[in-house]
Amino acid sequence: MSPVNLVISLALLSAVAYYLAHSRSLALAKPLGGIRHLHSLPLYYGLRGAVWCGLPALVVLCLWLMFDDPVVQSLVLAGLPANAVPAGPAERSLLLSTVVNVASGALPVAEQPAAVVAAAERYNTLRGSGQLLVAVITLGVAVSGLLWGVRRMSPQLRARQEVEKVFRWALLACASIAIFTTLGILLSVLFEALRFFQAVPLTDFLFGLEWSPQMAIREGQVGGSGAFGAVPLFVGTLLISAIALLVAVPVGLMSAIYLAEYASARMRNVAKPALEILAGVPTVVYGFFAALTVAPFIRELGATLGLSVSSESALAAGLVMGVMIIPFVSSLTDDIITAVPNSLRDGSLALGATRSETVKKVIVPAALPGIVGGVLLAASRAIGETMIVVMAAGLAARLTLNPLDTVTTITVQIVTLLVGDQEFDSPKTLAAFALGLMLFVTTLLLNVIALYIVKKYRELYD
Amino acid sequence: MTEHKASTAEIIRASLKRRYRAERRFRLYGLLAVCFGLLAVLLLLTDIIGKGHGAFRQTYVQLPIHYDPELLGIGDATDPETLMRGDYQALVRQALRARFGEVSGRAEARELNALVSDGAGYELLARLRARPALLGTSETLWLLADDDVDTWFKSRGGSNEFTGRVSERQIAWVASLAEQGEVALRFNANFFTRGDSREPEEAGIGGAAKGTLLTLAITLLLAFPIGVAAAIYLEEFAPKNRWTDFIEVNINNLAAVPSVIFGLLGLAVFINFFQMPRSAPVLGGVVLALVTLPTVIISSRAAIKSVPPSIREAALAVGASKMQVVLSHVLPLAMPGMLTGAILGMAHALGETAPLLMIGMVAFIVDVPGGFTESATVLPVQIFLWADSPERAFVEKTSGAIMVLLAFLTLMNALAVVLRKRLERRW
Repeated sequence: MSPVNLVISLALLSAVAYYLAHSRSLALAKPLGGIRHLHSLPLYYGLRGAVWCGLPALVVLCLWLMFDDPVVQSLVLAGLPANAVPAGPAERSLLLSTVVNVASGALPVAEQPAAVVAAAERYNTLRGSGQLLVAVITLGVAVSGLLWGVRRMSPQLRARQEVEKVFRWALLACASIAIFTTLGILLSVLFEALRFFQAVPLTDFLFGLEWSPQMAIREGQVGGSGAFGAVPLFVGTLLISAIALLVAVPVGLMSAIYLAEYASARMRNVAKPALEILAGVPTVVYGFFAALTVAPFIRELGATLGLSVSSESALAAGLVMGVMIIPFVSSLTDDIITAVPNSLRDGSLALGATRSETVKKVIVPAALPGIVGGVLLAASRAIGETMIVVMAAGLAARLTLNPLDTVTTITVQIVTLLVGDQEFDSPKTLAAFALGLMLFVTTLLLNVIALYIVKKYRELYD
Repeated sequence: MTEHKASTAEIIRASLKRRYRAERRFRLYGLLAVCFGLLAVLLLLTDIIGKGHGAFRQTYVQLPIHYDPELLGIGDATDPETLMRGDYQALVRQALRARFGEVSGRAEARELNALVSDGAGYELLARLRARPALLGTSETLWLLADDDVDTWFKSRGGSNEFTGRVSERQIAWVASLAEQGEVALRFNANFFTRGDSREPEEAGIGGAAKGTLLTLAITLLLAFPIGVAAAIYLEEFAPKNRWTDFIEVNINNLAAVPSVIFGLLGLAVFINFFQMPRSAPVLGGVVLALVTLPTVIISSRAAIKSVPPSIREAALAVGASKMQVVLSHVLPLAMPGMLTGAILGMAHALGETAPLLMIGMVAFIVDVPGGFTESATVLPVQIFLWADSPERAFVEKTSGAIMVLLAFLTLMNALAVVLRKRLERRW
């Protein structure tokens, strides 16, 4: 029985349990003179029956689905003759995947050694009996839960409290998924990154000036060559982000100020949603725009001015990224400016200051922490942005601050290292996770600081 | 004394001009900033539409095709096995020779044959399979032209005519066809129904659109219930303690984590640890659900917050339990706001590309995916793949696909706005 069918049968059984418990509660209530003599509504007795039937069985099934592969594989390995099992973990997983492929018929039986064929047969039997076993156990748990739940019913049973407790725990579990996601990200990235740092020393990675992951894999050299020095990536990321912020922060700030302080209501109603369009455009569209329209334009402009501009210049990627972040900066700024109390604004105007003086000398200083927080959030956005740079920035890791040259970024390297065929033990693949760790830590720090500043600032005027 | 006062006023009066100039300058900067933003919107949209509007029409060539059994090398058209072996491209070649007379030399013959797409043969096969009686007869058909011909034909007569990959001879042939009305732009249905292809004229977004649909279905199924449940817990039940604070911090941070990191999570946890199928919509859906979950939670919380406490108190006063209050009163009243949030979250997921690259949804897939565990790609990733292709005709296809994507996004956002206007109650 496949897991999908098992889940369907569990759902059906739970429906049966609901029906049985519901009608039994009515039967219990009848001699007492109606359902008002029950502790809870019949609905809750029914739900309680369904929960008792479905929930434990579902837990058993989930546990099985999580652990069946490792268990079956270790049993298969244990069943092989001792000399047929290689020592290294990599060779062992290779052998296992051969066995699995033979078992599923993806590899022809004829070319394999006898031990592998035997193991494949054993794998198939174990899988078959395992599926049977889990079906029997799950359905057994479900049926016994059903019987137990329906049997132990009485008019005094606090069914509503029981059901509500289960609901509450389910809600808590859903809310906690955010924590488990963060934990999952951290662990998966950290775990692979640590394996990378076993091959390449941390100092080489952080301070090395040369990045060429392709070379390292071809020569079979593991670290020590300085090929995994990430400084050019950091510099490239910072360069493109800086260009983006140079575009986005002034434009976003000024347009937010203009729309909040100067523009007529009609203009605001038109311009604001129009600017918001920029926030809704998918990043892959910006990437296409940057690579096919902006980059050639900048190159030709440079050519007429007598400059040599790379066709994958940092300027093009940064410029388009800046345009992408404009609505982000302007909507944050708008929130912050409108949060400044009107008394400050009116006081300044009453003293005879012009509007621009009020903005520059009163509102912006008062809103400064919030604006700084917003800029930090925008910076974290720019550093983590992927598609624009993948499509419009280059692959060559050059250590340069020239915006007309081609640079590469952390996210570009993560994508190029991981897209396509991968072998999971090479430093090349693991390097992507080390870069991911750097990216995660950097953006996390920026976000925490920014959110803290913004929160403090909001409290200031609340 | 009086002299001194007058001079102060004078100083101020003298500075007024400068101050007003500064005021006007500041105002101008603001206006310029707004205009820059609006100009960017305008440029982006006109650029995409200008490049992509042609993708919805494709060049077709009208040719009389004779289903010659000898040329095909098949005798019995009812047997599917035999049908597959036929050389259908030969029929096209023969028809072209018949139309233009014998050509001299191999190079010229190759150029002539290159007028019509390599996929035309498959169309003939499909026709013959549907109606075996056609074997031995003739009919006049509109056949798909090659992408280079298509690119030239569309740019013909314009200011930037693109003749890069068509020869003088080919141009002359197509021009003579055009005079007879035997080459024309027709609605490109293939673009909406077919999967990816290496040949631009045959490539379509059908496969990617189906993949997107399957992926977003999983995303919605996971992110909406979980997000709503989390929002209910945090707004209605959560005690003020460390765990709750920790959850809140995590949600706010996850909303700002770069999406490519979620791809790493999907690769390390779902593919390597849980052994989920690579490139499958089910995996993409799970990863996108995690990406959009913070958005859904935050908007659902706002919707719950907007339900006035008097409703809760009234329900509690007539004896409802806390859970009954939430499930039967707060939740239905907050539902429009939550749905709006869910639609906006789905719009976000629809445009997401980076995490899907990590989990292998970037593969070249010709077939339209049939199920949740089959290999598939999605619309944004298809755009990414096409944008990387060297053929010039793919620029048009990419822009066309972007137009479709933007149309869907506009539709979803409009739906959210309408829903908010129609259903949301102001208290």
